[in-house]
Amino acid sequence: MDESVSHNLLPHLFRLEYTKLTAVICRQFGFKYIEIAEDIASDTFLKAYETWMINGIPENPTAWLYVVAKNKTKDHFKRLAIFENQVQDIVMSDESVAQEELALDEKTISDSQLAMIFSVCNPANSTEGQICLALQVLCGFSVEEIANAFLTKQETIKKRLLRARASLRTDNFRIEPLNKDEVTSRLDTVLKTLYLLFNEGYFSKNKSQFIREELCSEAIRLTLILAENPDTNLPQTNALLSLMCFQSSRLEARVDKDGAAVLFDEQNKDLWDKALTEKGNYYLVNAFKGGHISKYHLEASIAYWHTTPNDENKWKYILQLYNELILIEYSPVTALNRAFAYAKVYGHDKAIREVEKLSLIDNGFYHGLLGYLYASIDIEIALNHYKQAVALTKSKTDKQVLQRKIERLRFRNDV
Amino acid sequence: MKEFALIFRNSLNPAVQPSPEQMQQVLTEWMNWLGGIAAQNKLVDRGNRLSISQSKTVRPDNVVTDGPYTELKEFINGYSIIKATDLDEAVAMAKGCPALTIGGNVEVRALVASEDTN
Repeated sequence: MDESVSHNLLPHLFRLEYTKLTAVICRQFGFKYIEIAEDIASDTFLKAYETWMINGIPENPTAWLYVVAKNKTKDHFKRLAIFENQVQDIVMSDESVAQEELALDEKTISDSQLAMIFSVCNPANSTEGQICLALQVLCGFSVEEIANAFLTKQETIKKRLLRARASLRTDNFRIEPLNKDEVTSRLDTVLKTLYLLFNEGYFSKNKSQFIREELCSEAIRLTLILAENPDTNLPQTNALLSLMCFQSSRLEARVDKDGAAVLFDEQNKDLWDKALTEKGNYYLVNAFKGGHISKYHLEASIAYWHTTPNDENKWKYILQLYNELILIEYSPVTALNRAFAYAKVYGHDKAIREVEKLSLIDNGFYHGLLGYLYASIDIEIALNHYKQAVALTKSKTDKQVLQRKIERLRFRNDV
Repeated sequence: MKEFALIFRNSLNPAVQPSPEQMQQVLTEWMNWLGGIAAQNKLVDRGNRLSISQSKTVRPDNVVTDGPYTELKEFINGYSIIKATDLDEAVAMAKGCPALTIGGNVEVRALVASEDTN
């Protein structure tokens, strides 16, 4: 087989089709069969690898995979039925299953993926558990890849997955026929998991740009599945998708070649992805077609204003959006971002008073912001805050960025 | 941390009709003030504004009158719940309220917990 085929096509196909196959089999036969579904999907790929190695890649690799998966599923449940009829002599309700043909049309696949998303995002699991499970079951990541993305030990990931999978089996969540009440009640959790999955990529401590992009694009792919289904295509889904598009458009510009964060003002705007910005606009308009305003609406709107670098009023709007956001949900990050917007509108003097009220004295970003605000007012105080920021920051590259600021300030002080 | 209700009162002065720009200005300042409290994680409940047009007062003997303000010069137009270490801190927070700049006032009242007999 062609070198490039084994290295490029198969992993890509595997990612995408493995999760689809698993989802379809699970949906048809129930989540208690998830391990069997995964085995069938893996076997299918093993067979593909062996066959294609000898005969070359078929014209339509996806269709080829589906035929093999269908047959393997049929075989499996036939064996199961024979076992239950003849060996166990007990006719279980699953017997009927053997006659069922695995349907692999587009509609079934997308419905099954939707069901899988809703099953994985189970509020009974911890958020870390949900994200790990999403990466494994929905995105086809291996334990090693998940551990690598989270910079965590494989053992930890395995434990998280074990717990999460146990509740997946017992939960046996089904959306066939799509139950509106259940969809509505769980959609918030689903969106939150996808939001966190995206943020894992966007704010990842992992230096590899490739891994970051991979996590972000997987989150977008899954959110798109929700947006394409009429029952889940709601304002908040569109708002989240819009937010992801806006953020992704800056993915390349916000990190330098050493993996250090590039501040917004210093980003090379030519690196922003225009196509993604336009998609962000499109979904944001859709998001405001309903009455409900979620935190994703606010975050997407803030991200929208950041794509308009030259609008003189933008910081006024951004500050009001942060006001709304912090009223919905407090977080230190939002409080500090709001304070930064406040400084842009009302100046550093007033903003310092606003920031000092936050008293987040254990937060490196808090001191970093105060250092920035004091720099034009009192260099000694600014230096003091920057030093505390360095002491509180764990990331090596961020420490270096702060250190450079300290040196620049000292230089200014000497001159 | 104790919880306090901030009760916003406005004077009823029909002669003063703020322009849309002034209204916008007050609204912006109000959100900055409330957002500033929330940013300190000290907002318990942003509360509600209370309608003037949709209001009645129910009195004994089946008497129902229009509005809240027939016998009052000022009326309550909203409330928020905040948390603070003591009454002094709650008062300091209330001092930033934009209601004060447009002839209103803020009443600060500690919420009485069920076990609290004071």
